[in-house]
Amino acid sequence: MKKLISLVMVLAMCVFLLAGCGQSEEPAASDSPSEAPSEVSAEPAGDETDAEGASFMIGGVGPLTGDNAIYGTAVMNGVQIAVDEINAAGGINGYQIEYRFEDDVSDGESSVNAYNTLMDWGMQLLVGPVTTGPAISVSAEVYNDRVFALTPSASSPDVTAGKDNMFQMCFTDPNQGSGAATYMGSNMAGSKVAIIYRNDDAYSQGIRDTFVAEAANQDLEIVYEGTFTADTQADFSVQLTAAQSAGADVVFLPIYYQPASVILSQANAMGYAPTFFGVDGMDGILAMPNFDLSLAEGVMVLTPFSADATDEKTVNFVAEYNERFGETPNQFAADGYDCVYALKQALEAAGCTPDMSTEDICTAMIEQFTTMTFDGLTGTGMTWTSGGEVSKMPLAVVIQDGVYVSAENAG
Amino acid sequence: MEFLSYLISGISLGSVYAIIALGYTMVYGIAKMLNFAHGDVIMVGGYISLLSMTALGLPWPVAVLLAMLVCTVLGVIIEGLAYRPLRSAPSLAVLITAIGVSYFLQNSAQLLWGASPMSYTPIVSGSVQMFGGRLSISYVSLLTIAMCIVIMAGLTLFTGKSKLGKAMRACSEDKGAAQLMGINVNLTISLTFAIGSALAAIAGVLLCSFNTSLMPTTGSMPGIKAFTAAVFGGIGSIPGAFLGGILLGIIESLAKAYISTQLANSIVFAVLIITLLVRPAGLLGKYVPEKV
Amino acid sequence: MSKIIRLGKNRSIALTKTRVMDFATYLGVIIAFAVVTAMGSAGMLTRSFSGQLVPICCYIVMAISLNLTVGILGELSLGHAGFMSVGAFSGVIAAMSLQGAIPSDPLRLGIAMAVGAAFAALAGLIVGVPVLRLRGDYLAIVTLAFGEIIKELINCLIVGYDENGLHIVFNATGTKSVADLGLTESGIAIIKGAQGATGTDMIASFTGGFVLIMISLIIVLNLVRSRSGRAIMALRDNRIAAESVGINVTKYKLMAFVTSAALAGAAGALYGLNFSNLAASKFNFNTSILILVFVVLGGLGNIWGSIIAATVLTILPEALRGFEDYRMLAYAIVLILVMLATNNPQLKELFSKPVRSLKSQLSGGAKKGGAAGGQN
Repeated sequence: MKKLISLVMVLAMCVFLLAGCGQSEEPAASDSPSEAPSEVSAEPAGDETDAEGASFMIGGVGPLTGDNAIYGTAVMNGVQIAVDEINAAGGINGYQIEYRFEDDVSDGESSVNAYNTLMDWGMQLLVGPVTTGPAISVSAEVYNDRVFALTPSASSPDVTAGKDNMFQMCFTDPNQGSGAATYMGSNMAGSKVAIIYRNDDAYSQGIRDTFVAEAANQDLEIVYEGTFTADTQADFSVQLTAAQSAGADVVFLPIYYQPASVILSQANAMGYAPTFFGVDGMDGILAMPNFDLSLAEGVMVLTPFSADATDEKTVNFVAEYNERFGETPNQFAADGYDCVYALKQALEAAGCTPDMSTEDICTAMIEQFTTMTFDGLTGTGMTWTSGGEVSKMPLAVVIQDGVYVSAENAG
Repeated sequence: MEFLSYLISGISLGSVYAIIALGYTMVYGIAKMLNFAHGDVIMVGGYISLLSMTALGLPWPVAVLLAMLVCTVLGVIIEGLAYRPLRSAPSLAVLITAIGVSYFLQNSAQLLWGASPMSYTPIVSGSVQMFGGRLSISYVSLLTIAMCIVIMAGLTLFTGKSKLGKAMRACSEDKGAAQLMGINVNLTISLTFAIGSALAAIAGVLLCSFNTSLMPTTGSMPGIKAFTAAVFGGIGSIPGAFLGGILLGIIESLAKAYISTQLANSIVFAVLIITLLVRPAGLLGKYVPEKV
Repeated sequence: MSKIIRLGKNRSIALTKTRVMDFATYLGVIIAFAVVTAMGSAGMLTRSFSGQLVPICCYIVMAISLNLTVGILGELSLGHAGFMSVGAFSGVIAAMSLQGAIPSDPLRLGIAMAVGAAFAALAGLIVGVPVLRLRGDYLAIVTLAFGEIIKELINCLIVGYDENGLHIVFNATGTKSVADLGLTESGIAIIKGAQGATGTDMIASFTGGFVLIMISLIIVLNLVRSRSGRAIMALRDNRIAAESVGINVTKYKLMAFVTSAALAGAAGALYGLNFSNLAASKFNFNTSILILVFVVLGGLGNIWGSIIAATVLTILPEALRGFEDYRMLAYAIVLILVMLATNNPQLKELFSKPVRSLKSQLSGGAKKGGAAGGQN
């Protein structure tokens, strides 16, 4: 019985805490820009948006806590910048955007919960989920509810398979895997390749599978495949030693940059210097706090976005991001930014207004996305198939003196 | 030659586990509680040492000392606020509280230092080349192994010879009797947490020098592995934690190299289970028959 | 003579009281279900809440079943999510393969839960026979180890189904993929290794969850009140005394452990069929711990408490969304404070005074179990 009472107390305490937080929420959010208020009420904007419901409600879902928090945070910030720019410039079709981002800890169950919370809030368009597993879970819900969703970074084909209203902004795993193999086949023919990938991660496994399939058609010899899991990513000396003794001169790393940085550092410590070849998950390694840039010298990366690009859009975005969040944006932030502009372009082309039903917007957006061409930070001339996959080609870059240099120009 | 290199990387990984496991085992031996927040103290130690090296520009020995100091204070505060009020409570309640503390540390770290992984500069770099470069051993590995041995020997001497160490052993045998003999039990337990947390700080520095990347969840998996190592060797036993840690590291490394990188963890855990079935109190643990 | 009568009388009173508590538990769950269903059909529930109903049912069953191991048998298990995992994946495989043969969703859900329970029970038996010889923290670490092993094994599993039956590949080297299954054109890949089960048909329903909770309650409460249940509790309270009066330690320990695993498996199947994607990494150490938190917070051996704790703590992180970045921090603080408030003698005294009169009336209900994993 005592426990029962204590549970009631917990509930009471939560309510109390919640109430207390409700008051302090806003100042806390506006104090520090780095905490990026995830719930931004529409600016007291323009003349058109007085009435209730006269703004587009865009929601975002991604991890803000836990192991993958960096990706969700980057997307949230990237989207935030795009939303603020659009709102400042007068909105979409004259309507402001209201934007809210919810945490899903990169977990399917939480992601569906976050999505439902956003639906209660009145979301009309979804940017997300950020990570693959949750995106597959949410995509089934999105499909049933007829809400248009554009994921910035969930790259598995399973995310879009069989759902006509789920689209991707990033290129898909097969696209990257075979892209990497083709690139290696034509530029480093005859290489002996070792692969180190994370086998409990759908992203990593997906790229590895297609890479291996395509490598068979190229002049490449895969001499070693090593795996690791989330639980064993502290030590790669075994995999590296094995790759070295198998005589690999290219090590393909279809993994995220955090374990990749460890691999580079441990390879350096043991004096093993093959060509490391990464994919878009590797992007961000140069922005990692305190990372020794000399370790990444000569690493090749296939990436759609380079924070060092000199075109005006990228320069402005990077400067703005740096100013507001105190770090250099990675590919995820750029994908998030592009998502909002792609939605804007489609909404404008279709002449959508916020008072349309979510389902009508969805139908209009599907039509636009399958026909339009979009230029963004992460590529130009992007088009989408009716399956929801984006067509953009990965660009190979080499890291020289701590910056990306296009692989063709590299000396 | 490869075998030797796998073996050495296993030993150095195992040494990190062993240092963490020593902290676990000391706390367990005296407070009879599984301190699941231990792994997160390691993470805090990593952040403090990294930030004092980069942001404050301190040389690494000072940074390590600072990290030890902060972790020691943190450990004592955690013990005083969260665990001491539960001294007479069922051990499961303390376990859950420890898990709460672990979540608390992880999330505080995320708020303080952000969720993005930071790159850790190893405190020593470079490697020794042997057999004409066919075998290379990094200085970090050598340092880790050396530290582990020093700490193990130091702790054995401390608990065996010093007065405070004897008080610790007395508390671990029987708290009530120890109190009757004039030992301040609360102080002794606090001291244990202080030592355990200082070890966690050292472990944090070594782990990060090895792993070279640091994020708020860095400590949790090594924490679980070290807990496994402590049980493997016989929880509560200092040489047991050392042996357990080293063996765990070697098994993990060799399993990765020769059996399957996929199933390395499973193999480690399977060996643990088989060992416990044969020796129910771990390798060096004392089997205490129950008295009626 | 008079002594026997007195004993009998006491016993019958005690029985009545526990019966009343048991019926109150059943009734409470039924009323809660009726109210929530009524509110749902009246459109009074937010999507966020109705989306959590099935997971809440799963966690309630998980908590009830773990309470059987930890509270009633008195053995600390840190790998309960492993059984949930076995149940989830076997349930998903069953449901997906029977898609053509059995068109009725509720029936398929029922079969999936039964299959999940059966496989989890088998896993429980395999784990239980060697492991239950150990005690205390050693048993805890071994259950943790089994949980991790199950997770890694499922990570290596690739399963597909076509008209020729099930195709299973065990990907121990990391070099196999769905293509190695050799499925025909019409085949579907059910589990894709690391990615887990994707494209699962979401057939789980709140009603299914409710039925599962009721079944678990009936099984657990009847077991606890039976002769076997008393034997199990005797083992918890004093193993040596129990053994000396002829209670078969292995038999009763296994009975409790396997029942607990089977219920966890059924809950896992329900959970797996509620999401279109499910990866083995979901059922890691943290999930096991989460369930353990429900059990400890609800009270060891207190089934009613487990139900409430599971519900409250599943809703809590969602209710804390207003905290934004501080959400999980707030969760941690609430957890620590509640543990301190319910277990510190001084604080407990403070809170228990007002309810003492109430407690004395209902003392038959919440019986506290012995601590598992203790030094005693």
